[in-house]
Amino acid sequence: MNPTVPVHVTRIHQVTPMIREFTLAALDAPLQPFSSGSHVIVQLPVEGRIIRNAYSLLNAPYEQHQYQIAVRLQENSRGGSQYLHENIQVGDTLNISAPLNLFSLNSQAQHHVFIAGGIGITPFLSHMKYLLHAGHSFELHYACRDGISNAYEDMLMQLFHDQVHIYSEKTQRRLDIDALLSQQSLGSHVYICGPERLIHAVVDCAQMLGWSKKRVHWEAFSSPAPGVAFDAVLSKSQRRIHVPGDFSLLEALEQEGIEVPNLCRGGVCGQCATSYSQGEVEHLDHYLTVQERSAQLMPCVSRAKQGHCLHLDL
Amino acid sequence: MTVQFNPNENMHDQFHYHNSAKAIARFPFPFPEDQYMYSVNIEPVVSRPDSIFEHWFDVDEHYVTEMNERRLTLQQDPKRCIIMPHMRQASWDFLEMVMLRYAEDYPEHFQLERDGLNWHWVNQPLNIDVHFIFGQADSLPMEPFEFISRQFQGDVALLDQRDGDLFMDTGMITGPADWSLNFDAGMSFKQWHAPVPKLAHNLGVFERALKFLLNIQVGQPYRRLNWTMTINPRMDTSSETYHLWGHERGLVTAENAGELVHLRVELQTMPRLARSNALLFSIRTYLISLNDLTRNPAWAKRLYRVIRDLPEPIAEYKGISEYREPLVQWLSQFDGVDE
Repeated sequence: MNPTVPVHVTRIHQVTPMIREFTLAALDAPLQPFSSGSHVIVQLPVEGRIIRNAYSLLNAPYEQHQYQIAVRLQENSRGGSQYLHENIQVGDTLNISAPLNLFSLNSQAQHHVFIAGGIGITPFLSHMKYLLHAGHSFELHYACRDGISNAYEDMLMQLFHDQVHIYSEKTQRRLDIDALLSQQSLGSHVYICGPERLIHAVVDCAQMLGWSKKRVHWEAFSSPAPGVAFDAVLSKSQRRIHVPGDFSLLEALEQEGIEVPNLCRGGVCGQCATSYSQGEVEHLDHYLTVQERSAQLMPCVSRAKQGHCLHLDL
Repeated sequence: MTVQFNPNENMHDQFHYHNSAKAIARFPFPFPEDQYMYSVNIEPVVSRPDSIFEHWFDVDEHYVTEMNERRLTLQQDPKRCIIMPHMRQASWDFLEMVMLRYAEDYPEHFQLERDGLNWHWVNQPLNIDVHFIFGQADSLPMEPFEFISRQFQGDVALLDQRDGDLFMDTGMITGPADWSLNFDAGMSFKQWHAPVPKLAHNLGVFERALKFLLNIQVGQPYRRLNWTMTINPRMDTSSETYHLWGHERGLVTAENAGELVHLRVELQTMPRLARSNALLFSIRTYLISLNDLTRNPAWAKRLYRVIRDLPEPIAEYKGISEYREPLVQWLSQFDGVDE
């Protein structure tokens, strides 16, 4: 279903004490070209299992020979970022998916307003390099912490001085979302990538100001959050599987050799939607409608509510 | 692979069109069963040697004929080519994809040399030899999309992907099966499919198809076949020229159906355009007279059953109702047992 390509790591650059940039080049076939905003899924062998994390490509889409990703070391995570930080060396091979874009630029926007929180800067780096080439208008608002999550701050200030606004202790500035959105013209679209609370704050503010939903775009870049363990009964194949707390339902199914079509693994693309007949679901996706949720769930992010067992049509 | 191009064909007015034995053998017969019903019949593009599925974009013996038809149609009606300004990147993506694929798959006919952004393109069948700068529109004699589409066998639509939907924002459509680019331009996926019979909508095929198309990845295209019927080997059956071909449906009799009626099959290929994230929707049309088609006894028998039992709304939508009776009568000779 999802063919992977092997790539090798040609360069590792420590961007901040917490963020590492990896440059990836083709091993066999040439890399597929991509559009700005695309991500790839990187497979990481951690403690006897494969963790699949999504990372945005941050280089210019015109660079055909390499992909670049930047990885923030996440504490309290399943170990994927830690593996990349501590185990991966220049010359190592990684397996990645083809690029997929769920955070593309909207062709109808006359002006693009980017809001990044911390490592959420990565897709915007690619967008800005593309827009610079295409000659379109944009501005970036980047909230970060000095010496931790302020990746590429200096480069951004040099390349895009007039379009970039940094919010940090050093700059002594705070992002005023309401003021920022209020001054935009009707042709502006806003894009947010960063922590959930930043996304919510901007989405809510845009709604309050009467912005059409079509002008608001966001990407949550989180891996599936660990939860409580539960069991799932597979009605068609008459099996019962256990889903440990640090496995997503999709990962547990894969571990048992059960293939479910999937792409983004982040609750966005809708590809892995699966029907269920029993059990209460904690829906964590951003795709299914309220009606659809009564009969379908997205196993890449959603889980059973505490004490429930799910019956899946698999 | 060397293709022998048929000389002196024409697909309008007096009609002079011929399918070789090879073309008949490789014709994409679209019916896997004795009945036809709408479905999401999308499959990954996997090469099948010695078939129309060998390459992403099939070039066959009618290439020069069809490019000439296209030139004449555009002369009559320039609105068969519509390019919206925000599709510039997608246009270059499409040009690159066609040149790379044609040069790799048909090196005897097409050659591409690249030195950075300095490209040299040779199209031997159409006597085109140009040096240009990739990405720089004024280095070509016309808009890049129009330039390459005039050399691409099959109709082309570039679909902009936004708001969880696809929009027909650029295209060159000179051989549509009774629709109009000028009418559909700018429409969303559901809007341009609105005329399809209700039963297809009720089956939910458009919701599923759209969801599927939105997630097509770079380098992993999908394809499907669609079909209808056309009287005479006419390439341009667009809404704009209905007055030229609509009445021909009334000419079909149980005697002349084999000669007049043609099965029209579209091979639709849908690759992701990499840098723009637009989706290419290419439509390669194959036309075959029923006289030629029914040389294959299995096809003849199946076609009879499909047409006989075709639900009326589908027959009506495809424009077959008017001559279904004489057609079925003619086809019945190929089915010994009438179940």
